[in-house]
Amino acid sequence: MIASAFEYHKPDTVDGVISLLSKWGDDARVVAGGHSLIPVMKQRMTDISHLIDLGGISELKGVSIDGDTITIGAMTTQHELATDEALAEAAPLIREASLQIADPQVRYMGTIGGNVANGDPANDMPGLMQTLDATYHLTGPAGKREVKARDFYEAAYFTAREDEEILTAISFAKPSGGFAYEKQKRKIGDYATAAAGVMITIVGGTCTAASVALTNLSDTPVYCGAAVDALVGSSLDDTTIKVAVAAAVDASDPVADTRGPVDFKKYVAGVIVKKAITSALARA
Amino acid sequence: MGKTHLKMTVNGKDVELMAEPRQLLIHVLREELNLTGAHVGCESSHCGACTVDMNGMSVKSCTVFAAQAQHAEITTIEGLGSPDGLHALQEMFKEHHGLQCGYCTPGMITRAHRLLQENSNPSEEEVRFGISGNLCRCTGYQNIVKAILAAAAKMNEMKESA
Ligand SMILES: Cc1cc2nc3c(=O)[nH]c(=O)nc-3n(C[C@H](O)[C@H](O)[C@H](O)COP(=O)(O)OP(=O)(O)OC[C@H]3O[C@@H](n4cnc5c(N)ncnc54)[C@H](O)[C@@H]3O)c2cc1C
Ligand code: FES
Ligand code: FES
Repeated sequence: MIASAFEYHKPDTVDGVISLLSKWGDDARVVAGGHSLIPVMKQRMTDISHLIDLGGISELKGVSIDGDTITIGAMTTQHELATDEALAEAAPLIREASLQIADPQVRYMGTIGGNVANGDPANDMPGLMQTLDATYHLTGPAGKREVKARDFYEAAYFTAREDEEILTAISFAKPSGGFAYEKQKRKIGDYATAAAGVMITIVGGTCTAASVALTNLSDTPVYCGAAVDALVGSSLDDTTIKVAVAAAVDASDPVADTRGPVDFKKYVAGVIVKKAITSALARA
Repeated sequence: MGKTHLKMTVNGKDVELMAEPRQLLIHVLREELNLTGAHVGCESSHCGACTVDMNGMSVKSCTVFAAQAQHAEITTIEGLGSPDGLHALQEMFKEHHGLQCGYCTPGMITRAHRLLQENSNPSEEEVRFGISGNLCRCTGYQNIVKAILAAAAKMNEMKESA
């Protein structure tokens, strides 16, 4: 399995990338870790004549924690996310989710930018970014702009990013309260049959804030507003949790594939969301 | 879209060659450099038989373009030990029967090597999680895990007595 021939570019600035993308348009594509893109190129499911490697741009790398805001450069790898102690302290949910992605080899190469920009509903980070209410930072020929993760995904592989833009970083407010990312998969290295990210804040026995989102249960990641509405203001009793789980399952829209038929996936979604709420609650 | 001039350090030696950017690192190693230790199993990023060390990371070399390996520092199984000077991991795989057909073994050992660089005293669970990107169709993994744990102990012993 050999990809079609392409010309390889490795600019060292973001401006350099944008000018190549503007020049070659649809014929060009950026590569980050390559662990979603290269398999597709090898299968010749996509035709790219200019491959632009983002690996030479140092400003796209690294994690910064500035007061209440956490910013992660697009080229930060999943391995780096899982091993960064300061990040694990500030946002342990990131490590919990990163370690559930693929396998060690893939995590050394795969980046957070590639994972969220790809638009593959099976990727775990987009769902997690719904949970965290993250902001994506894009740069293109017209300059910089920000898009909320919750507004970014339009359909499988279709996002709010324009062809000539790249994602430079993601940022989110330092999370508080209990958290969990739960994922059901057939084996290590597999994409989710169903996964859910949950955050819960409790003050004086009442849930004052919550977030619930799903991975691989629709053609985009799903933020479950109705489940959140059910949780917030409640005492998180069993009945409330049941209502929230049902609302989350209702928001899912899976398709049948090798991971199972629709009914099975909805069933697993219910189990996983319940598990995520329960473990977030235990940590809140 | 011709060939590019590729410079890498492979098993401690500087190498230069002409390669197409789209060539896969595994093919460059096996076919251009004659290092046939790393194997091609699935060729689709799943089995880990092609695992080599690149810039301090375990990578599946079937999922790295030659162009991405420009200036990289690469270690393959050939760089870890030799028939008359086996690496502790190779010795322990032999001793604990950590291989049967041997197809997964170069990838498995190269991966285990990086794992032990990062965590010199892993638990059994950490070993299992650490090699979860490498499939073995023969052994059932038990003896591979034993071999890696024994190699860790041996390497620590060697470090202490050094
Ligand atoms: C065996 C295997 C198992 C896997 N299992 C999982 C899993 O369980 N969960 C999971 O989430 N993922 C999984 N993955 C995917 C893996 O995590 C990818 O590495 C990741 O999704 C993409 O990151 P990348 O850096 O490799 O991106 P690339 O493959 O380089 O790029 C992916 C796409 O995003 C675009 N892109 C990349 N970076 C940017 C940017 N900064 N701006 C704009 N566009 C950009 C590229 O043009 C391309 O279209 C798996 C992959 C493999 C091979
Ligand atoms: S041959 Fe590379 S992962 Fe199987
Ligand atoms: S020994 Fe045969 S595949 Fe592992």
